[in-house]
Amino acid sequence: MAKVKVKKHSTFIDMTAMSDVTVLLLTFFMLTSTFVNKEPIQVTTPSSISETKVPDTNMLTILVDPSGKIFMSMTNQDQLLATLEKVGDDYGITFNDKQKATFARLKSFGVPIESMPAFLSLTIEEQDKKMTHKDDPNIGIPNEDTKGADGTITKSSEFKRWITYATEENKELLLAIKSDKNVPYPIVKKVIEDLRDLRKNRYLLLTSLKTASAE
Amino acid sequence: MAEVQANDHGGDGKKNKQKKQTLRVDFTPMVDMNMLLITFFMFCTTLLKPQTMKIVFPAKDQVKEEQDNKVAESTAVTLLLGANNEIYYYEGYIKEADYEKYDEFLKQTDWEPIGEPTESIRQYLYSRNKGTYDQIEELRKQMRNQQITEDAFNEQVKQIQDEAKKAKKAPTVMIKPSDLSSYMNMVDALDEMLICNIASYAVMDLDKGDRIILARKTDNQEYLTEEERKDPKINK
Repeated sequence: MAKVKVKKHSTFIDMTAMSDVTVLLLTFFMLTSTFVNKEPIQVTTPSSISETKVPDTNMLTILVDPSGKIFMSMTNQDQLLATLEKVGDDYGITFNDKQKATFARLKSFGVPIESMPAFLSLTIEEQDKKMTHKDDPNIGIPNEDTKGADGTITKSSEFKRWITYATEENKELLLAIKSDKNVPYPIVKKVIEDLRDLRKNRYLLLTSLKTASAE
Repeated sequence: MAEVQANDHGGDGKKNKQKKQTLRVDFTPMVDMNMLLITFFMFCTTLLKPQTMKIVFPAKDQVKEEQDNKVAESTAVTLLLGANNEIYYYEGYIKEADYEKYDEFLKQTDWEPIGEPTESIRQYLYSRNKGTYDQIEELRKQMRNQQITEDAFNEQVKQIQDEAKKAKKAPTVMIKPSDLSSYMNMVDALDEMLICNIASYAVMDLDKGDRIILARKTDNQEYLTEEERKDPKINK
């Protein structure tokens, strides 16, 4: 009987090609994508055919959640810090350097100014945890004006102050409104009315892309 | 691929034994690491950059009366955004005497590109703005084919829109989102303006007449304000 020669196969798989592909994919993702900003609430913006891109600078984003709570984020951290100090001054609140440093690291914020120092003293994990309690009255920038008996505004809301001081810091600041598509219109209207009170009449509405034609 | 054929003339010349050695680099850990990085990027980043839509609201201290009068009755179109993504429109203005006859002028429409069985809002606006729309689309085609620059395009569009406005051919749309509508409805309505190349439009609040006809048409008292609900003349 002839001896059957068992051919020895090497199990070594050449991974070079695979490596090439993955590196290519990785490069693609690194170059095309942008990091997801950590936001206190997740919103699905309404879609629009508008193709104007979001500007990278000079932008103040006002994030409105379905219950009407307001959060803000600003592209320029230095100006935001200056704004924080001014708003704090109005309410007699000062911040130490550590708190300011924490504030500068925040991607977006939304707590009343009274609870801001306490909030900034928390660790990042604790801050995130606090932000998830949506029913907490200490979340969101208050936007109710204090009104006198005759309906005139005696003391403007914190939200208005933030906007006023932020636009003082940067005259070219663009106001962007970001809100979920299912948010009832009166909530967005309230924000727009507040801005109109401050004679800010130009806004950017953040949307996602869709395509359409009239025919 | 990742092999290097190394001719090793090892030993001394006497033996002259050629030892063939294959240098293979194992790329598996490299692939592992790359896969991990890709996964990280896929989860933590987004490819979509959000778009923005520019909108200008009229300043609050402008005299309202004056503005309203500017819009000629023949070109005025009012969109009323209701609850549950409903949309209604009427042409011209309504007078108090017309509140009863709302069925004659207030028409329901929808957001679909092509409405069934009624005309969709896009079809309606397109038919109202046909001349201007076609002219602008013709220009847009030229711009896409790089026959004209973007600046020239914008300039000519403005010219066309101004002319149509003067000739009272183009509609002036007043978007009135009711308190029961959603933010998406407003953005959708603004979007229709962009799609149909409508030059003059504004977002406004509903006035009393709008609320009354909307409440009667839909049989929904929630459109009315507190006082209006109590008024026996309005709320029957």
